[in-house]
Amino acid sequence: MSPDFAQPPSDRPVHAAGEAAGDPAQEAAGARWKKKELPSGLWLKCESCAATIYRKELEEKGRVCPACDFHFTLPGRERIKLVLDPESFDERFADLGAMDRLRFNDSTPYADKIKRTESKTGQKEALLCGFGSIEGRKIVIAVLDFSFLGGSMGEVVGEKISLAADLARTHKLPLVIFTSSGGARMHEGMLSLLQMAKTSAALASLNEAGGYSICVLTNPTTGGVTASFASVCDVTLAEPGALIGFAGPRVIASTIKQELPPGFQRAEFLLEKGQVDKIVRRSEMRSMLAKLLDFGAGATAS
Amino acid sequence: MSEAPRTDLAYLPFERRIQEVEKQLAELEQISVRTKLDISSELEALRTKLQQTIGDTYRDLSAWERVCVARHDKRPIALDYIEKVCDEFIELHGDKVFADDKAIVTGLARLDTRRFLLVAHRKGRTTKERMAYNFGCAHPEGYRKALRKMRLAEKLHLPIVCLINTPGAYPGIGAEERGQAAAIAENILQMFSLKTPIVAVVIGEGGSGGALGIGVGDRVYMMEHSYYSVISPEGCAAILWKDGAKTPDAAEALKLTAPDLAAMGLIDGIIAEPAGGAHRAPMVAMQAVKRQILTALDELEALPVETLLHQRREKYRRAGALPGRFPVVT
Repeated sequence: MSPDFAQPPSDRPVHAAGEAAGDPAQEAAGARWKKKELPSGLWLKCESCAATIYRKELEEKGRVCPACDFHFTLPGRERIKLVLDPESFDERFADLGAMDRLRFNDSTPYADKIKRTESKTGQKEALLCGFGSIEGRKIVIAVLDFSFLGGSMGEVVGEKISLAADLARTHKLPLVIFTSSGGARMHEGMLSLLQMAKTSAALASLNEAGGYSICVLTNPTTGGVTASFASVCDVTLAEPGALIGFAGPRVIASTIKQELPPGFQRAEFLLEKGQVDKIVRRSEMRSMLAKLLDFGAGATAS
Repeated sequence: MSEAPRTDLAYLPFERRIQEVEKQLAELEQISVRTKLDISSELEALRTKLQQTIGDTYRDLSAWERVCVARHDKRPIALDYIEKVCDEFIELHGDKVFADDKAIVTGLARLDTRRFLLVAHRKGRTTKERMAYNFGCAHPEGYRKALRKMRLAEKLHLPIVCLINTPGAYPGIGAEERGQAAAIAENILQMFSLKTPIVAVVIGEGGSGGALGIGVGDRVYMMEHSYYSVISPEGCAAILWKDGAKTPDAAEALKLTAPDLAAMGLIDGIIAEPAGGAHRAPMVAMQAVKRQILTALDELEALPVETLLHQRREKYRRAGALPGRFPVVT
């Protein structure tokens, strides 16, 4: 007899490309990341150092804690504003919205979650993409927005990353991607897992054409996004302190039944382990990208 | 081809009726031996009943029941295919950088006259073996080993056959330190450029990114009672339902069975299993997998390599999307 089969085994390690994500909006990468939206009020507490920060000051600093330099998760539109030249964003494929192909229903039907998130965020999906420029250098940009279902990758996010790669290839422009995601969107089942392959297929074609790609990993980037397009661009940058990994810290801790070392899966840890090219502060992101784009001029000129 | 039903099996919870009939049959057989009475007609009737019971039980399995079959202790694993189906196998170890990850086995293999590279998740048959192979949960070095050997296959003009059977890539400290996500990502990316046919078969568990890391193929098949999922049903239940007891509901919701995925156009075919699952007649099940692999390789090797690569990328680019759903950039 095999008692393992009698009940759903409870001690099996949890495995998923969307792992850390969970119900990405809430579960993302540990309780610490639960609140991605700044609470209302004049003052708020830094989620890293617990310092009390004046809201205006935080917003002026691009949501970087003045006390500890913690880089708060940035909503997609704010990211675009911060990175691109003013008025240069020419958004594409904004009308592509998620479909509930599986009629997935846990506590709330997925279809309702999508609708609610659409009206809350004013956008149809977690990925924003289009043309833009950084200090005058034209690029194709794709930004994952954590505030839309935890930046999770379903069919549309995967498609838009692929379309962005196609735009970069056909227009001979560099591709710059910003990620913040809990991973694959489990409400779309295997269709979401296969986005890892779809985006990779598009990147393979971009690479073959000699295209140049840069990915910036921001807090948090985990699961199927890290395990696909986010990890295979030509240059991989990360923001300070960003949580970056395959499995989420809770999953790892519960699998190995040990406490995780301090700083585990943070950008600095990844740099130390040779997994990212460079850590770049938010305030220096634009100028660093401009320099990296200049060095890549040969790749996209052909 | 057929095999006598096995009676040394652990029974799954939904197999209670099968268990009862098999018990009756065993008792009757004993009586027949002991008493030397001619009860052959009764035995025959009971054997027929057993086949019917197995057929009825397996005709309409729930998603969770299929997951249980996919994980069955006695289900044929990569080692069975290597030892009992392959006509030749030379294991090639190691990623030549860090280690030889035993959760993935790679080697030069032959089926009849067909030579190829075999890449497979490795589970064990005994507890000791299972632990040694980390229950089929690979580390980054496993994926890197697979890629290194796949490049060798490309050079030697050998096709690649991947047998997928993993709960998922291992979530651990060392795995993260050595770039689990990057290793899987690199494999997925590179598999789109390997100039040789790739056939993947999910023979048991298709656990998420850990499966996809050796799972990009020109043809991807699933055995009838295997599963392939973005997240384990346990993980999904824990996260979305916040209740492990809802695991069967999560399994249902995820649409992770072979028929579900075939209906969505996400796999290229289903390999039928013998009545009562592959574990009841392993050789029959494995021969069916062999036939499907050989047929697919025949089709794929007839294609020019440019067509092969183009079709591979296009297949994933469409990946189950409804017709006309997405724009095309030219």
